[in-house]
Amino acid sequence: MVEVKSISKSYGLKAVVDDVSVSIQKGKITSFIGPNGAGKSTLLSIISRLMNADTGEVLIDGQKVNETKSRELAKKIAILKQSNHLSLRLSVRDLVSFGRFPYSQGKLTKEDQVYIDEAIRYMELEDMQDRYLDQLSGGQKQRAFIAMTIAQDTDYILLDEPLNNLDMKHSVQIMKVLRRLANELGKTVLIVIHDINFASVYSDYIVALKDGKIEAQGTVNDIMTSLVLKQVYGMEMPIQEINNQKICVYFS
Amino acid sequence: MKKRYLVFLLIALSCTSLFVGVTRISPLDLFRFDDHQTQIFWQSRVPRLISILIAGVTLSISGFIMQQLSRNKFVSPTTAGTMDSARFGILIALIVFTSASPFEKMIVAFVFSLVGTFLFMKILDRIKMKDPIFIPLVGLMFGNIISSITTFFAYKHDLIQNMSAWLQGDFSMITAGRYEMLYISIPLVMIAYIFADRFTIAGLGEDFAKNLGLNYKQAVNVGLIIVALSTTLVVLTVGLIPFLGLVVPNIVSLYRGDNLKNSLFDTALLGAVFILFCDILGRIIIFPYEIPIGLTVGVIGSGIFIYLLMRRRDYA
Repeated sequence: MVEVKSISKSYGLKAVVDDVSVSIQKGKITSFIGPNGAGKSTLLSIISRLMNADTGEVLIDGQKVNETKSRELAKKIAILKQSNHLSLRLSVRDLVSFGRFPYSQGKLTKEDQVYIDEAIRYMELEDMQDRYLDQLSGGQKQRAFIAMTIAQDTDYILLDEPLNNLDMKHSVQIMKVLRRLANELGKTVLIVIHDINFASVYSDYIVALKDGKIEAQGTVNDIMTSLVLKQVYGMEMPIQEINNQKICVYFS
Repeated sequence: MKKRYLVFLLIALSCTSLFVGVTRISPLDLFRFDDHQTQIFWQSRVPRLISILIAGVTLSISGFIMQQLSRNKFVSPTTAGTMDSARFGILIALIVFTSASPFEKMIVAFVFSLVGTFLFMKILDRIKMKDPIFIPLVGLMFGNIISSITTFFAYKHDLIQNMSAWLQGDFSMITAGRYEMLYISIPLVMIAYIFADRFTIAGLGEDFAKNLGLNYKQAVNVGLIIVALSTTLVVLTVGLIPFLGLVVPNIVSLYRGDNLKNSLFDTALLGAVFILFCDILGRIIIFPYEIPIGLTVGVIGSGIFIYLLMRRRDYA
């Protein structure tokens, strides 16, 4: 379980994350939603120790994040940030192998190779494992990065806007993979996501942030109501039920 | 497959290098050298070949490391002020410790090139515009500023003559007893190999490195120390060899990718072959005179550099 205890972070005078506390259930998908600048990405970065909070603490399975060795944490928690635009020419397999770095420190063992093969197979990248990342489409690239986090074999996977710049087909593909990671492998997945309907269809829990504070949190059914969403986004958010799924029709 | 050709070329060029020069030494004489030939062979030809190989290997690998750490294809010891800083350091050593031993010179020059390279990396952090072509221009300007300061002090202390020796790389002055310092680079290459994965991961960004539990700062520091020290050694013994650390890694990256661990051997090989070729060319073009290596590598290297720049434009 991830426990976030009264985390605050400010840049200058502006509080980006303001006294946020939240617990995240193991083996589930939790989506962080909210308007631009709500502090979602910052919160994710703090949970994954990429950033330090000004006050408060984060516990992962009872261990304080800022007191745990970075190398040990790398075996527990993996994060993919928004812009993984690469300037380096790496093959898919090379990238996935880097996921084993926390274990091997660069010297890949046979066991590491098994994990790498599995991750590549899981993301259906066998055919393109020797191609360079800059030759792949956005969706394929994203899959390669997720394969890397699978090879990293962490209980927690954090993704910052994994659907950014992806078309609908690839977005669905990625979300289905995340669902499988939670259902089949028992991974705990945390995502920052803008598309409220993807959050509704694929997550177990939703945490809504606004101005650095938690506006609402709960199961999909708790959050996907016109009233809650209107508070979060400050606009009319009519909800319709289609095939037992709550879809928000906010387009007009 | 390409590797096999490179190894073959390397051996062929190495042999050629041993037997090209004013004193005629033919491979056929190998087992019946007269005294003069033996002396030339062991005092001049062999040291020259060894120093060429080491300089080519270390400068190319340094370039590759710099390109990874700075996340820019056009950063190298030439385009980041490293070489100019090392030369500045040599000058300071000459002024402050007038009778500096080679080792003292090396230490001072190393400190300067390290500081210079760090300074450039700090400037890089500050620059908002991450245009891949803008960055090396900043580096060249930075290097030129340091270079002008060097020239200024060299004039003031009447050391211009001494400094010009380090301005242009030249292997013709290499004789036994004047190049052995280059051997220090060999353990550096080994450290580079051990750290290869770390450099590549660091090259993917600080967040990326942190996610994998890598000590990002340590990796960058180790990388810059390797670069600064090996560049200093080359500048001290041979002189400035421009563009080598830029051209070779870029060519290797085209066909071998940027995973340093895979590319390191190719980079070393191609670096050695490239500089050997340039050196032999410089030795035969106006035979029996010589064109210094700095010039031949500079001309051929800058040509390839322009080509790479244009190619990059098409890509972007």
